[in-house]
Amino acid sequence: MNRRIRILIAKPGLDGHDRGAKIVARALSEAGMEVIYTGLHQTPERVVSAAVQESVDGIGLSILSGAHMTLIPKVLKLLKDKNSDDIFVFAGGIIPANDILKLKEMGVAEIFTPGAETTDIIDFVHRTVAREIRQ
Amino acid sequence: MIGKEQMGLLKQTQDTWEADVEKRGVKERKEQFFTRSKIPVKRVYTPLDLEEAGFDYLKDLNFPGEYPYTRGIEPGMYRENLWLIGQYGGFGSPEETNRRFKYLLSKGITAFTLALDLPTQMGYGSDEPMAEGEVGKTGVAVNSLRDMEIIFGDIPLDSVRLIGTLANAIGPMALSWFMALAEQQKVPPTAFIGFLQNDILKEYVARGAYFLPVPSGLKLSIDVLEHCARNFPNWLPLMVCGYHFRDAGGTAMQELAFTVADALAYIEEMIKRGFRPDDFVHQFQFHFSAHLDLFEESAKFRAFRRIWARVMSERYGSRDPKTLKAKIHLYTAGSTLTAQQPMNNIVRITVAALSAILGGVQFPYLSSMDESFQTPSEEAAQLAIRTQQILAHEVGITDTVDPLGGSYYVEALTNRLEEGVWEYLKKIDSMGGAVKAIEQGFYQSEIAAASYQLQREIERKERIVVGVNEFKVKEEIKLTPLKYDPDAEQKVVARLQSFRKERNNPAVGRALDEVRRAAEANQNVVPSVFEAVKLYATVGEISQVMRDVYGEYVAGKTYF
Repeated sequence: MNRRIRILIAKPGLDGHDRGAKIVARALSEAGMEVIYTGLHQTPERVVSAAVQESVDGIGLSILSGAHMTLIPKVLKLLKDKNSDDIFVFAGGIIPANDILKLKEMGVAEIFTPGAETTDIIDFVHRTVAREIRQ
Repeated sequence: MIGKEQMGLLKQTQDTWEADVEKRGVKERKEQFFTRSKIPVKRVYTPLDLEEAGFDYLKDLNFPGEYPYTRGIEPGMYRENLWLIGQYGGFGSPEETNRRFKYLLSKGITAFTLALDLPTQMGYGSDEPMAEGEVGKTGVAVNSLRDMEIIFGDIPLDSVRLIGTLANAIGPMALSWFMALAEQQKVPPTAFIGFLQNDILKEYVARGAYFLPVPSGLKLSIDVLEHCARNFPNWLPLMVCGYHFRDAGGTAMQELAFTVADALAYIEEMIKRGFRPDDFVHQFQFHFSAHLDLFEESAKFRAFRRIWARVMSERYGSRDPKTLKAKIHLYTAGSTLTAQQPMNNIVRITVAALSAILGGVQFPYLSSMDESFQTPSEEAAQLAIRTQQILAHEVGITDTVDPLGGSYYVEALTNRLEEGVWEYLKKIDSMGGAVKAIEQGFYQSEIAAASYQLQREIERKERIVVGVNEFKVKEEIKLTPLKYDPDAEQKVVARLQSFRKERNNPAVGRALDEVRRAAEANQNVVPSVFEAVKLYATVGEISQVMRDVYGEYVAGKTYF
């Protein structure tokens, strides 16, 4: 179980603001994880196929344009279709409380909004991976 | 000016004073103080700091309206004219945007910038798969000239002094919309100032609204510049941006340096097309952020004017004041706003705007206090306008030119920023210029490092953000990114599809073939795009032609 945790940080959609995505990518990688960042303008299909190909433990989706209710459910569905819904999904961005509830019901593990600290995100990933290993 | 002898006495006195302060064991809050951009800040500044930098009043500051324009580009600055009060607007449907613009006009604004949604900015039609979920968000969807006709319905272009949009990847299309609107309204292009951002280079570094490979993206921007230089000398077809580097987490110094380097890249391309800088540089504007470090920010605007004047004079031998004077367009930095305790943003916006006005900018745009969590409400938009009016009329900062000039601290910061920019420029020149530096990821990795460092400082509470890492309250954070009609996207798509059946499609096809021919022949595409736009060819269709001819940008290694 000394395998390094692998995380895909992805920017689905057309939103080009990746300051947050890059900070999270770097923080997770400094915390000892293997991090792959997709770069901008990814389709949900490309995100999911990269996640499966790289056999990551989790996907972090960053969306600030307001398209989260379209893009995140798509990623979840594609993971299910590929029998890869053991990969957990978390998200960050300007996501209102109502949408957070809905997205969590759909299966998103956690959502981080502006002001979230990288240490919380690192802890969250560690906890989630540990739980999945126990299961 | 202080003489040599007095300077010696001053040095002696200051040394004694510093030693005394140490001896008394004065405890300061931090071991070291820095500006927001990591410039070390001393306990106190004196004439010695200027002396050490070889400060020369006439050479480094001179008078307002005189080279190197540190103190301002006009002799009287705000004593002559207050700035134009503008507002960034546009969301949802063209009809809603039209209502919003009329509202803003009735509030006395004299400039507006049309915000476009991301699919439009990146050359996708509202009905293309990449556009799904993004239509009408962050701005209005403009598929064709028809949408522009609705947005500007009953708004004569000459009733607004300055009118434009942020098109960066789709410059030729956006330019053609304004040309076509002016033609329809029979308003001569000299009766208003059309402006475009049209700065594609920064998109590859921050913000990301690109679709073509870097050299082809640059070609379209230059096509617009060339067309305007030949036909609309009073328009402003390029706004070279530093704002986005800053909002991506970069420093004030990076903001300045990368802006200058990008501007030089545009100039070099125009020179290749046979122009001299004095033919077109007066049509450039610069777009910066105003951040919260009041003095560093004011120094930033002052430093920029001086750097620009020097670079144009020293590199290109320009003596034309229109070339040497940098017109600064400014937006208070969105990244300084918090969703926590949002009323606090009113204070942040005011301080940022104050730094800009003390720094002598031309066009300040203020954020709305609620834009960190929603599309600005009318109340918040009005507050942003009122803030500017209060600063203009009630606090006395517009009554003398460059009130901070001569402050030992501000002059020292101005010098330090300028110095740092020259160092960066040397490095970028040695890499082969801005395009190469961007393709190699130099800007990107510099900004990412600064951004990460800032985040660490916030998390370690070395930097306090009120309401975020300190002085928190229990509150329910309201994040409503966009209030919009949930069926809006479908409506836009339906309208686009039915509209496509109404227009003269064979003529559109022929016009698109002309665009393709011009692009393939490496000619300026603006004339052919203009014809296609007038026939209601869509942004998506014209952009697809560009994609066919030039291919698409594939980001190399991603930097974090």
